[in-house]
Amino acid sequence: MALEPSDVQRAAHLARLAMNDADAAGYVDDLGRILAMVDQLQEVDTDGVAPLAHPLDTTQRLRADEVTEGDQRDHFQRVAPAVEDGLYLVPRVVE
Amino acid sequence: MMQWETVIGLEVHVQLATKSKIFSGASTAFGAEPNSQACAVDLGLPGVLPVLNEAAVAMAVKFGLGINAEIPEVSVFDRKNYFYPDLPKGYQTSQMYHPIVGAGEVEISLEDGATKRIRVHHAHLEEDAGKSLHEDFHGMTGIDLNRAGTPLLEIVSEPDMRNAKEAAAYLKAIHAIVTYLGISDGNMAEGSMRCDVNVSVRPKGQDTLGTRAEVKNVNSFRFVERAIAFEVERQIELIEDGGTVVQETRLYDPEADETRSMRTKEEANDYRYFPCPDLLPVVLDRAYVDHLRSTLPELPAEKRARFEGELGLSPYDANVLASSRAMAEYFEAVKDACGDAKQAANWVQGELSGALNRENLGIEQSPVSAAQLGELVARVLDDTINGKAAKQVFQALWNGEGESADAVIEARGLKQVTDSGAIEAMIDQVISDSPVQVAQYRDAEPDKRGKMIGYFVGQVMKASRGTANPQQVNALLKEKLDQA
Amino acid sequence: MHDMTLTQLAQALADGDISSRELTETLLGRIDRLDGRLNSFITVTHEQALAAADAADALRAKGGAGPLTGLPLALKDIYCTNGVKTSCGSKMLDNFIAPYDASVVEKLKAAGTLSLGKTNMDEFAMGSSNENSYYGPVKNPWDLNAVPGGSSGGSAAAVAAGLVPAAMGTDTGGSIRQPAAFCGITGLKPTYGRVSRYGIIAYASSLDQAGPMARTAEDCALLLGAIAGHDLRDSTSVARGVPDYMAELGESLSGLKIGLPKEYFGDGLTPEVEQAVREAIRVYESLGASVHEVSLPHTHYAIPAYYVIAPAEASSNLSRYDGVRFGHRCDAPSDLIDLYKRSRDEGFGEEVKRRILIGTHTLSEGFFDAYYTKAQQVRRLIRQDFLDAFEEVDVLMGPASPTPAFDLGANKDPVSMYLQDIYTIAINLAGIPGISIPAGFAGQRPIGLQILGPHFAESQLLNVAHQFQQATDWHQRRPALAEESA
Repeated sequence: MALEPSDVQRAAHLARLAMNDADAAGYVDDLGRILAMVDQLQEVDTDGVAPLAHPLDTTQRLRADEVTEGDQRDHFQRVAPAVEDGLYLVPRVVE
Repeated sequence: MMQWETVIGLEVHVQLATKSKIFSGASTAFGAEPNSQACAVDLGLPGVLPVLNEAAVAMAVKFGLGINAEIPEVSVFDRKNYFYPDLPKGYQTSQMYHPIVGAGEVEISLEDGATKRIRVHHAHLEEDAGKSLHEDFHGMTGIDLNRAGTPLLEIVSEPDMRNAKEAAAYLKAIHAIVTYLGISDGNMAEGSMRCDVNVSVRPKGQDTLGTRAEVKNVNSFRFVERAIAFEVERQIELIEDGGTVVQETRLYDPEADETRSMRTKEEANDYRYFPCPDLLPVVLDRAYVDHLRSTLPELPAEKRARFEGELGLSPYDANVLASSRAMAEYFEAVKDACGDAKQAANWVQGELSGALNRENLGIEQSPVSAAQLGELVARVLDDTINGKAAKQVFQALWNGEGESADAVIEARGLKQVTDSGAIEAMIDQVISDSPVQVAQYRDAEPDKRGKMIGYFVGQVMKASRGTANPQQVNALLKEKLDQA
Repeated sequence: MHDMTLTQLAQALADGDISSRELTETLLGRIDRLDGRLNSFITVTHEQALAAADAADALRAKGGAGPLTGLPLALKDIYCTNGVKTSCGSKMLDNFIAPYDASVVEKLKAAGTLSLGKTNMDEFAMGSSNENSYYGPVKNPWDLNAVPGGSSGGSAAAVAAGLVPAAMGTDTGGSIRQPAAFCGITGLKPTYGRVSRYGIIAYASSLDQAGPMARTAEDCALLLGAIAGHDLRDSTSVARGVPDYMAELGESLSGLKIGLPKEYFGDGLTPEVEQAVREAIRVYESLGASVHEVSLPHTHYAIPAYYVIAPAEASSNLSRYDGVRFGHRCDAPSDLIDLYKRSRDEGFGEEVKRRILIGTHTLSEGFFDAYYTKAQQVRRLIRQDFLDAFEEVDVLMGPASPTPAFDLGANKDPVSMYLQDIYTIAINLAGIPGISIPAGFAGQRPIGLQILGPHFAESQLLNVAHQFQQATDWHQRRPALAEESA
């Protein structure tokens, strides 16, 4: 599956990475070769093989419904770039 | 003129009434200081991991059992990837491919008393997002993540509804089920239940579906009807004017009573769903599901059927009284206390509902308890008081002027007078005080007398301050007036 | 003191021969003196370390010391440490003072150890040479022109240089074992789920695993005992008892069946490495083990499968770095998209962006099944290869890396860099444990022998490694830099 600059631009936008055309051209080469390497997977016969998402065949453990976390807002917001009145600030979101 | 058919499907998001969040131990309580209930996991701090809340699972399964849905043995959480400031991790943990609740169905009842089955495609668990506050922070938006991670059950219907009333009835039915099950407070004003509506139109008789618009965040029963009405009209007009409906997301604006396209410069999203590697498959064993099944209360449809069949209520009464768990419980308590379902229904639907509506109160806030009302109805049934006195007792209980019906009856001397001697004495007095009326009565043709006796009954009742037994008064009066 | 093993230091502290304060001061002094040339630390926490050492000495004086009390360690800068910068080797987190401790950090503190600081690493653990750090490359103490391996290169170099007796690493595709091999130390990647991932900054969640890096297998056993176990905060950590790893170090290897995967001795394997590995196998034979050739037929597809799965998970895991709640935020964003795009563009390095782009692309509509689903299917086949092999043999052995440490700057091409991990990456896909131990040299540069076992066979792996270290002295060799006098 050949990679086009538009694929790179599209992925960059989905991943919210700034990317100008020159950057995209550079990535087309790198990513294209990585994907060519990845394409070797198509050689493997996987008919009837279930995908494996986790290396161990274990199942989800459930947590009791208890409130265990208190208010640590001030502590957590010490590392925040922009806060006011306890709120995280971002450029105006237009609905 | 082309005949159009409307096709509607609903996606209902129900916040589950857990104490803590779906993947963290932070509180889900409504109305806290901004970000005071956003813990490390909710904030998506580097390195944190989710652990699934058992109560959220149990509530989802109960809902599934409540709509007779399949409960698959295995369900899986996926990540839905997109960037938004109220979505701290840059993905929402949801269930795309293997939801916890499979196909089921919900019975809705329509105003004419008919019922209809609406199929539910599936219901899945996911985490709620935070909130963006658009008040002006120097041109910035403020983000409150308290709501982030609140468990949501998203209930996706099939496109089985054909008009706005059915859609509203479906939403009410979902509301009744989740509140009956106690898995949500169903508070739409606080956002505990939110609804997206998919609407399309097609020429009557056409099999294929028209292009649909998704109307987001329609958050009251009334708005659902209004939004659909607007959208149907918009789509029909558009097509009849030679245009085509675009598949898009629209927002209902209750102020303007219209839907508006939410399309921005943003191209179509690609959510890149994949199984969440931080969570393992959820496996529900049969014993667990059976245990949950054993805890299910009687649900609205069953209750409605029993009210009609066993208790002999009208379909209308049965439907209204079964509409919410609180209403049904109240009614049944009144019924048990007085022993007469129809009288209990009349009082709850009549005097009580009237008073509640006047003061805009829910049944949960009724100043008259079911025990009080039940005793009151019992006193009517055993002739302790007559209907007129009963209204006085109800008013007194409503105003908090007595502990119980019996106490009010006692304190106000409202007990019905059934002693015929006492009633006779009052009648004699009235007859002797009303010579003109007596003469008119006696001169009248017998078939006119029936109407004229009302005057004397009124006078006797007045003399007894309403406590005389009206049947007895009637009979004795007739006897005495007709004697001469 | 600096050339003693963790176990020896524990004994010396217990015997009162040294105090934790003396030990800590000595090592901090070595870091101050030598690390300018290695760049193995991002943050050195002098004051906290000395305060913790004094507390440990006080505890010991009161008779409250445990086996690990007062032992200094270092933590890869991927472990969240409350109140201490946790950068993950990235500009994105250069300003991030973690507000909580990772579970492993809590456990190590509870056991009485103290941290000297946070070690350098490839940014977000993406790399095999430690050249992808925002804080600059780490140098290999054996040869300053060579890379230390990655991504836990700082931890490996610090241990090899005698700056710290042991350090914690993480391993997603070889990030403990390969730097351990390159730096001539012992590094264990436990079974997936054996150690909690809570508080370890995620790269690829279904592959990441924490583990110890030290001079000996015995030291790794000591540390694994302290950090292993179920954690209620990590759904993927396994509820399974933790054995006494030290107790099982005395077992004879007589009758041990060693499998040599033929795919691990093929093209691309440097002759010196093959020779050293084969020599090590002969040592095992002399200890009573038998050797069998086995096959892991899908080995060739491990790197392609990994480079779908790991970037896919990473692209999602790294979405939280958006300049809103923590981490780098660009100056004066004009709107929301600008905030996201510039903050992320400025905060992430090239390799991280490359993997985010790969992961985003392979997960996107129209590509998902061909890449992601396919890779997960191949992943099952790769795991099955190991399960089948362990029906035949007890452990597998082979090289940890096809080459010894390469020169700094030698691998400019991403694909050729990825191929370096050919012998380590499948282990993470399968979730099995692996250990790398020193087994010789190519010139000045160390060579690592990798030993693999079935899920949860850490005790056996550690014993097999320990027996080799009883019979050889490769693990006792020290780089010249470590022995330089002040």
